[in-house]
Amino acid sequence: MAGTVARPHYAETTRRAVASSIGRTVAYVMLIVLAVAVIYPLVWMFLNGFKSNAELFGDPWGLPTTWRWGNFVKAWDLGVVRYLMNSVIVTGASVVTTVLVSALAAYALTRHRIPFAGAITVLLLGGMMLAPTVALIPLFRLLRAIGIFDTYLALIVLYTAFRVSFTVFLIRAYMITLSREMEDAAIVDGANRWQIFWLVIMPLSRPIIVSAALLQALFAWNEFVFALVFINSGDLKTLPVGLLAMQGRVLSDWPVLFAALTIASIPMILLFLAGQRQFIRGLSEGFGK
Amino acid sequence: MASRLGRWPMLLWVAPAVLLLVVFVYYPVVENLRLSLFRWNAFSPVDVWVGLDNYSALTADPVFWSSLFNNIAYAVVSVIFQVGGGLVLAAVLEELVRGRLKGFFRTVYFVPAVLSLTITGLLFQFMYNPQIGLVNGFLDAVGLGAFKHSWLGESATAIWAIIAMSQWQSVGYVMVLFIVAMQRIPRELYEAAYIDGATRRQAFFRITVPLVREMTLLAMIITISGAFLVMNEVWVMTAGGPANSSHTLGTWLYKSAFFNDQMGYAAAIAVVIFVITLAASIVQLVINRGKTVQY
Repeated sequence: MAGTVARPHYAETTRRAVASSIGRTVAYVMLIVLAVAVIYPLVWMFLNGFKSNAELFGDPWGLPTTWRWGNFVKAWDLGVVRYLMNSVIVTGASVVTTVLVSALAAYALTRHRIPFAGAITVLLLGGMMLAPTVALIPLFRLLRAIGIFDTYLALIVLYTAFRVSFTVFLIRAYMITLSREMEDAAIVDGANRWQIFWLVIMPLSRPIIVSAALLQALFAWNEFVFALVFINSGDLKTLPVGLLAMQGRVLSDWPVLFAALTIASIPMILLFLAGQRQFIRGLSEGFGK
Repeated sequence: MASRLGRWPMLLWVAPAVLLLVVFVYYPVVENLRLSLFRWNAFSPVDVWVGLDNYSALTADPVFWSSLFNNIAYAVVSVIFQVGGGLVLAAVLEELVRGRLKGFFRTVYFVPAVLSLTITGLLFQFMYNPQIGLVNGFLDAVGLGAFKHSWLGESATAIWAIIAMSQWQSVGYVMVLFIVAMQRIPRELYEAAYIDGATRRQAFFRITVPLVREMTLLAMIITISGAFLVMNEVWVMTAGGPANSSHTLGTWLYKSAFFNDQMGYAAAIAVVIFVITLAASIVQLVINRGKTVQY
């Protein structure tokens, strides 16, 4: 009796196991093909940075015959070093200001009962809905009027203002979960709010602060529209706009441009690989809730 | 008394955030509504009241309509490939691949998303190049040479080539959002389903898809509102050409304001973008409020 039930069941499982292993193989092949399609253009970019123009046109798919590091040096000297430095300054400063301004606000909103808390929350929430493009033209006038057009400060201020909402909500969601015990202990020890913020809340919030800083760095490093419109001086351009300007300067020496693109890609790829877990935590806290 | 006074100084802690938002985000957006009713340019800023003239000019401008169409195309394709593709990809990775290999694929797919659109835009300009580009080279190699194009140089193909680049860059990003959502689904649900004889495909449609529904909606909203703000890659790859065929609302706004010196007209385009993205955000807000799925 048990056997008659078991046999078709056994056959069914075998059939399924076979179907499943075929399905698995097909899926793996697709995953690998996709991975190659994603990575190959980047490898191509890297390899082309070492070619001569003749090689690039003669054999676009091939490996360079010699590794011409000179292209990278040339790209570096043609402006990449300048743009890289500008990007580091603007990104670094806006990460500090954004995280600080947001953490202060998140602390006040989560750990204290402040006047107008509801209205302030709505204001912050609304800030997430307003896109940089929509504010572009009035900002052009405003920045000229207050005299910071064509300065690092313009970008730092705007990168902070347009990201402060997202970052406050990101940090707030984490601070809400912190227990009050450490804070209460610090109050008993006579600490004031400023000390509590720096010595208790910020250290406890470290994981989300790191995530917030990484997401802000990613945003500021790649931001294009503000950097295009509000920076005129060639010396102040950040990478996304500077590379575009470089395209005109290298003329037909394309391998140098490939080298420039490769150099420009490296910092963010390294940052992502180093902080992958924090990146993904930030995304999941920011969008997953 | 002391405690009532004590609440007010805390406002100083939120003051920087509020001030930045009011001055650099809210004020410009409101001011933009006003400016769209004037005719003015960047260097002789005497504003001339023109009422709704900028808006009627908008409706008569073929480039405005083709730009809007391009944004819509961007949104539709991105929802299919990034949201649909990202969902399937996340499910396949979560379900089939284990351990290090899973992390490897996830990392590889995500990498393009951290690159500047200027980098990927310039890279794909070369990819689409008729002489050295890999796209035509690939078509030749697989015997589809008849389908070769000067992808960015022809009005019929330019915007689609740009959209395709964007899918390449962003599918990994949306996939990671789905992976995050899927990791919250308890494994027991799948184990129970498989014991009951469910196939993987059934598990995907009956368990995974319903339980990541909110993330699907959220990813759709993010993708759609992102599609109406597209500017960077278009400006880098074609600057709206050839013959204005690949403009989006963003690049047409930029060109109208800073090349054609029609600031009021550009402000009117910004209002259109504002209305569309605001609508998307409101839908997102409603979805976030109405979270009801229980695991």
